[in-house]
Amino acid sequence: MPDVKEGAPPPLDDVPEAVNEAAATRAELAVAPEIIANSLGEYLKAWMARIRAGESGVLPVIVGLIVIAVIFQTQNSNFLTAGNLVNLIVQGAPFMLLGLAQVFPLLLGEIDLSIGFVGGVAGGITALLLAFPHNWPWWAAVGVGLLVTACIGLVQGTVITRLGLPSFVVTLAGLLGFQGVLLRMLGQGGTVPIANDIVNDFANGNMTVGAGWVVAGLLILGYAGVTWWRDQRRRASGLVAPPVGLTALKIGAVAVAGVALMLICNANRGALVAIQGMPWVVLIVLGVLAAWSLLLGKTRFGRYVYAIGGNAEAARRSGVNLARIRTTAFVLCSFTAGIAGIVYASRLRSVSTNLDGGTLVLYAVAAAVIGGTSLFGGRGKPLHAVLGGIVIAAIANGMGLLGMAAATQLIVTALVLLAAVTIDAVARRGRTAAGTR
Amino acid sequence: MSDGSGTGAVDPGALLSLRGIDKNFGPVQALTGVNLDVPAAQVTALLGDNGAGKSVLVKTISGIHAADGGQILWEGRPVHFRTPKEATALGINTVFQDLALCDNLDIVQNMFLGRERRQLGVFLAEDEMEKAAAATLAGLSVTTVRSIRQPVASLSGGQRQSVAVARAVMWNSKLVIMDEPTAALGVAQTRMVLDLIRRLADKGLAVLVISHNLVDVFEVADRLAVLYLGRMVAQGQATDFDRQSVVELMTTGTSIRLSSRATGDSPPAIIAAPGGGSEG
Repeated sequence: MPDVKEGAPPPLDDVPEAVNEAAATRAELAVAPEIIANSLGEYLKAWMARIRAGESGVLPVIVGLIVIAVIFQTQNSNFLTAGNLVNLIVQGAPFMLLGLAQVFPLLLGEIDLSIGFVGGVAGGITALLLAFPHNWPWWAAVGVGLLVTACIGLVQGTVITRLGLPSFVVTLAGLLGFQGVLLRMLGQGGTVPIANDIVNDFANGNMTVGAGWVVAGLLILGYAGVTWWRDQRRRASGLVAPPVGLTALKIGAVAVAGVALMLICNANRGALVAIQGMPWVVLIVLGVLAAWSLLLGKTRFGRYVYAIGGNAEAARRSGVNLARIRTTAFVLCSFTAGIAGIVYASRLRSVSTNLDGGTLVLYAVAAAVIGGTSLFGGRGKPLHAVLGGIVIAAIANGMGLLGMAAATQLIVTALVLLAAVTIDAVARRGRTAAGTR
Repeated sequence: MSDGSGTGAVDPGALLSLRGIDKNFGPVQALTGVNLDVPAAQVTALLGDNGAGKSVLVKTISGIHAADGGQILWEGRPVHFRTPKEATALGINTVFQDLALCDNLDIVQNMFLGRERRQLGVFLAEDEMEKAAAATLAGLSVTTVRSIRQPVASLSGGQRQSVAVARAVMWNSKLVIMDEPTAALGVAQTRMVLDLIRRLADKGLAVLVISHNLVDVFEVADRLAVLYLGRMVAQGQATDFDRQSVVELMTTGTSIRLSSRATGDSPPAIIAAPGGGSEG
C-alpha cells in the first residue's frame, strides 16, 4: 500500500482483500482499550495489544522516567533524595511550562520557535517594572508582562495565518528579533535583579506543610469526585465509558501520585535550617496544566485545534474558522511562554542577557515530543509536555549530580529526543496504514 | 430529438430539477444545457466517462460552482445558491470522495464537527452528542462499528463512508450527493455502502450517486442519467437500460440498441443525441 499522507483522499485503485483484512486487524489494535473493554481484565488485554502495536500513550515516558531514576540512583545515591527531587521539579518547571506552550502550535502541525525569548521578554518587563524607578506592585508587573506576550502571539499568529507564511520562518524571525528586544531592554548592565519577595517566591517559595496537604487533598478529592461521577453517569446512560475497575484505578493512581509528591515535598530537605513544603511553582504548573487540558479537551476551541491538526481541509469544510483558531492558538502559546519566562526569572531572582532562548525553545519542543505529542499535528495532550519536561529536567539534574560535562548532557538529551521522535514517526506510520482503509 | 432532454416540462415529482444548465471555465464548455431530475425516495445514478462533466455538475448542485446559465428548481421553485452553506441550508448535502473526515477525531466528534452542542455555555455536551450520533447511526443500520468513540483512523473504508453519510444526513437532509462512494472499497465494504444507499432512499431521501462501476449502479440505482462531453445524453428508469447500452452512451454519447428500443410503442428512456437536443 502506498504511504498515504494523512487527510489525503484514499487511492483510487482497488486494494486486494488481503490488505484490507490486514489493515482491519491493525485498526482494531488502534482503538483505545477503554472503548471496547467491559471489564478491567479485558481492558488490560486490549492495552497490551495496543502497546505491542506501538500505540502506547504515556507509557514510554513513565518507563523512561523509571529507567532514568534507576540509572542515576545507582550512580549517585543523592538522586532520589527529597531535596534533589524537589530541586529537580523546580528546575524543570520552565521546561514544563514552555512545553505546555508549545503544545498548541504542535497540535496544529505548526511550531513556535520564538517562545524562549518571548518568555525572556515577559521576565524582563516584569523585572524592570518591579525595579526602580517604576516600583510597580507585583501583580501589575506580572500582568503587563503576560499581556505583552499575548500581544506578541497575536502579531505572530496574524502574520502566519493572514499572510499564509510558514510558522517556522515567522517565529524564527521572532527568535532573533525578541533576543534583540531583550538585549535592548536590559541595557548596559545586562542583568536586572528582582527584589520582590512574592515574585521570587513563585519558584523559590514553599507552602506550609499543612497548607500543602489541604491543597493536595482538595485536588485529589475534586479529581476523584468529577471522574467517578462522570464515568458513573455515562455507564448508567449506556454511553461509552471505562469499566468501574479502571475508573477506580485511575483515581487511585492520582491519589498515590499526589500523596507521594506531598511526602517528598514535606520532608525536611534543609541541611542547616529546616526547609519543607510544596514549592508554589508546582501549583502554577498544575494550574496551567488543568486550564489547558480543560480548554483543549472540553471546549469547541480545543476540538477545532485537534480537527485542524488532523485534517485542515475537513475542518474548513465543516465551517471552522481556521484563521481565528490558529491565531488564538499562537496567542495562548506566547501567553504560556510568558508564564514560563516569569517563573524562570523568579528562579534566578533576576533576568539577564545570558538567557539562552534558543536552547530553551528546543527543550520545550523536546519536552512536548518526548511526552508523546506528535510533531505532525492533531495528537497530544498538555499532560505530555509536563511529563516530557520532567524527563528533560531529570536528565540534566542527574548528569549534573554525576559531574558530567555539558557536552555529554547535550548529547544524551539529543539522543532521548531522537528516540521520542522515532517512536512518534513509527507510531504514525502504523496509524496511517490502519487509517487509509 | 426526443422530448425529455429538450425544454421538457418539469417533473412535478422531482425534488431537484435542473433545466438547461451551462457552465464554462474560460473557453472550456464543461456543461451544455444539462437537464436532470432527481426525485425523492429514489437513487439516481449519474454516469459518464472521465471528463464528461460529472464532478462539475455535482459541484454546481452543491453550491461550489455557480451555473452560467439555466435554472435550478428545488421542490418546484427556482433557487439560486452560490455557496455550499446555502445548498446545505436547503437540505442538499454532499459526501465528497475524500470524505473530509479528521482521522484523529472519533466518530461522534467527526459527525458534530463545526456544529458541536454545548452545555453551561462553554463545555461540549459530549453525552448529548454521543446519544444523537448513536441514534443516527442506528437509524441507518450502521452497526458494524465497535464503538462510536473510536477514532475514524481505525475504521475500514466502508465504515468511514458510512460515518460521512451519517454526518451528511444528520442535518435535515433531503438530497444526499455521493461522489464515487464505492471507489477503493473491497467487496464486503462495497456491499455495506450499497445497502446504506438503498436505505437512505427507502427513508425518503433523494440520493444522487456518481459512479464508474456499472455493477454497483445497476444494483442500487432506480434512475440513470448519462453525461457525455458535458451534455445529458440519456436519463430514465434503470430498468430501461442495459449495461451494453450504458457503455455505448458513456463512450460515444449514443446507443443504437437503446434508440431502437426507444422508438417502440412505449419510449422507455429519455434520449438525446450529442450535439442535439439542447434547447435555446
